[in-house]
Amino acid sequence: MSDTTPSGPMLAADGTPLKISLSRALRRQKIRALALIAPLLLFVVITFVIPIVSMLFRSVENQIVSHTMPEATAALAAWDSAATEPPGEEVFQALYFDLFRAAEAKEHTKLGTRLNYEQTGTSSLFRTSGRNLDDVGEEWQDPIEDIAPAFEDGETWFAMLSGEGGNRILEQRRRLWSEMVDEPFAGDVGLTLSSEVAAFLPLTAAAYSDWAIFEALEEGRDIATRDPWEAVYAGLGLDLRNAETVAAINAYQGPHAEDLQLLTANLDQLPDLMFRDAFAELDEDWLSPDVWRTIKIYSPDYTSGYFLNAVDMEKGADGAQMRPENQQIYLTLFMRTLWMSLLITSSCIVLGYPVAWLLANLPLRTANVLMILVLLPFWTSLLVRTSAWKVLLQQQGVINEILVWLGFVDDANRLILMNNATGTIIAMTHILLPFMILPLYSVMKTIPPSYLRAAKSLGATNWTAFWRVYFPQSVPGIGAGSILVFILAIGYYITPEIVGGTDGVFISNRIAYHISSSLNWGLAAALGTILLAVVLLLYWLYDRIVGIDNVKLGG
Amino acid sequence: MKPTKILSAVSILGLTVGLSHAEGHMASDMTVVSWGGAYQQSQTSAYTDPYAEMNSGLTVTWDESSAEAVAKLRAMNEAGNITWDVVDVVAADALRLCDEGLAVEIDANEQLAAAPDGTSAEDDFGDLLVGDCFIPQIVYSTTFGYRTDMVPEGVEAPNDICDVFDLETYPGMRALEKRPINNVEWALLCDGVAKEDVYDVLETEEGQEQALAKLDTIKDSVIWWSAGADTPQLLADGEIFMGSTYNGRLFAAIEEQGQPIGMMWDAQVFDLDGWIIPAGLPEDRMARALDFVYFATDTQRLADQAKYISYGPARLSSAPLVGQHATLGIDMAQHMPTDPENAKNTFLYNYEFWADYRDDIDAKFQAWLAQ
Repeated sequence: MSDTTPSGPMLAADGTPLKISLSRALRRQKIRALALIAPLLLFVVITFVIPIVSMLFRSVENQIVSHTMPEATAALAAWDSAATEPPGEEVFQALYFDLFRAAEAKEHTKLGTRLNYEQTGTSSLFRTSGRNLDDVGEEWQDPIEDIAPAFEDGETWFAMLSGEGGNRILEQRRRLWSEMVDEPFAGDVGLTLSSEVAAFLPLTAAAYSDWAIFEALEEGRDIATRDPWEAVYAGLGLDLRNAETVAAINAYQGPHAEDLQLLTANLDQLPDLMFRDAFAELDEDWLSPDVWRTIKIYSPDYTSGYFLNAVDMEKGADGAQMRPENQQIYLTLFMRTLWMSLLITSSCIVLGYPVAWLLANLPLRTANVLMILVLLPFWTSLLVRTSAWKVLLQQQGVINEILVWLGFVDDANRLILMNNATGTIIAMTHILLPFMILPLYSVMKTIPPSYLRAAKSLGATNWTAFWRVYFPQSVPGIGAGSILVFILAIGYYITPEIVGGTDGVFISNRIAYHISSSLNWGLAAALGTILLAVVLLLYWLYDRIVGIDNVKLGG
Repeated sequence: MKPTKILSAVSILGLTVGLSHAEGHMASDMTVVSWGGAYQQSQTSAYTDPYAEMNSGLTVTWDESSAEAVAKLRAMNEAGNITWDVVDVVAADALRLCDEGLAVEIDANEQLAAAPDGTSAEDDFGDLLVGDCFIPQIVYSTTFGYRTDMVPEGVEAPNDICDVFDLETYPGMRALEKRPINNVEWALLCDGVAKEDVYDVLETEEGQEQALAKLDTIKDSVIWWSAGADTPQLLADGEIFMGSTYNGRLFAAIEEQGQPIGMMWDAQVFDLDGWIIPAGLPEDRMARALDFVYFATDTQRLADQAKYISYGPARLSSAPLVGQHATLGIDMAQHMPTDPENAKNTFLYNYEFWADYRDDIDAKFQAWLAQ
């Protein structure tokens, strides 16, 4: 700092202050460095980080319920989930219109599948109800068309509901569609709702908008001439139950006022059907409070339900609770996975350490042959090695045959070495052994043999020389090998599946089941997230206890 | 209910396909997904080879991913890139794909061939048209095979499903599939539940426990399999005395490999396998898929497949056409699960029930296995 002129900061050759100039140069360097790794960074982010994050995100995602049944879930908010009675008529009415739209777009079965993970029977409840939902609307469609035959004609509906000022309703319905089907539903519907008619026929206008949007944008049809679907008749029938609506119709002068007034004159011919009864007729399970409790509990956009399921809990009416004993499995599997991975890691250390020592200390020619013996199985396909273990371990297999032949084991009591935890441990120890031996070897290779000789020349016994001098220097190799083996073991899938039987399978086997068989990806994601968190936690613990600086993968 | 866009697109296409076959733009590539092995081989011989012969310039690619078809189709759908054209799946998976909107709906009468005598496709397939998207192909069954040389002396060979649960008369290991489906039905059947009540009982908590308790009596003598090839291998190695698997696998082990294995057939569970067409295909590929399916599921083609593998054709009209094995020259009819002699006591996979109860009972089953 002695060069600093007292009048101001030190300047660079071009006159800018040195500090700024320096930081500018540094920044340029950083950007250049970043640009160099940018392709890799981008590659990692796109192919690795984004898929993993989006998969993990599934473990809390739950918009399907509120997006498929927006009005029913809203109406359900007032219902007490601890109730022993199903919710009231307003919920069933909302359910009808929601379910009708969902069934048209074939979304209801997806929701049924989703809820079936939580409440058995929901899958078929939604499937059969969606299939027979038309019958409900026909209860209104038939009498309405009998009283005023003009309503048989799509043009009547279009003329009656067209007008101006009602676009807010149309846009609102469009938003509901796009949330449910996950498509933009952009474009011109070809309908301008009449705000005047929509004011006294609110349900009709909403149902007609739903139909018009779907028909025009999804099916690509001309709505002006087509008959609307049954839910629109149901909407009209419900609107007519309202005395104010009837009064408004009688005063109404617009298109097809005479047809509407025909209806108000014959109100007694319209059914007094309750949706609650209609749904009970479709499937009596709709009257079960359990079904509604499940819908209500899972109606928020994000849920902790998958995570609770992943630790053998469930969401009940009053918060989280343990699952029934006969359905608890995941905690057992997590503990087993951790415990067996530890066991496999330990047996890898015990078996791998002497081999690595031999590799590092034998003359080069012999060591190379040994090295090939280690690497050869390492290069063989995992599936082949596991299947080979099957041949060796089974009850009529090589090991048992030899033991029986040698007379160590009675023919009737052959050892059960496979389809249990023993099989998994044996096969996985063998498969993961190279991951222990190689780091150990590369660390041991760097320990000068003179240290041991020096210790012995100073009077240490063989054991002391090994334990006090050699072993501490090989610990970084054990650390590296253990981390590799343990982390690989904890996520192992194929070997436990083939030789693990029932008590030798890992949590990853359940994750695979939920990904490919039960399709409960949310639960699979939650299980995966927990597994990831456990590994990170153990890594952190390891760092705290042993120190990650003490891990060496090579000299 | 108004048909959806997909359905209408399909039925319009279906009409053109049904009326005039070679017309319209059809893709010149087709990816067919199946299970691999002898089964896929039989499909190649009976369906795709003759089809490719009729349509020169067509390239057929096989993908052996049927076991993960549902998960993969879902992933493809989310990625917006469907690479499969026709997919062979079991009926339960077809039902789920249909529920998820991942398969197109099929109108059997319009999109599938009628029987030679004019019977409509719908009547010809009958009850086997499970769900709206499934195009049945074969009837297969899950049944038991046993080592004939391991039957204890002086005892009749096992011919009753309950012999599986009888460790005293028939000691030895068994192999059962590592899932509740079929196993719990058999367990209840052998625990005194009448056949027609099995699913009513299984709906209840107590019924499920009863089934698991019955399975518990043989739990220590069971090896649980997850791949159809496991049981034939375990039987061939003498690891087990009896085990369940698909009847075609047992046929291959007995007739083609000459293993000392007998078929039990009692309480065999019928299941269906067939095609689905993924939703969201471009028009030309959809046309190709529909055209292929129309051809591959007609009466003669289904009967042809039975020349190569012992699975029953799904059409009533195909049954009389079933002949001899293509290479072994044995009469295939008696090896069909649907043969009257074999089908004295059968179950039909209850799709509706298992769609609902699969997750629930599987959780209990897996928890029970882990104990």
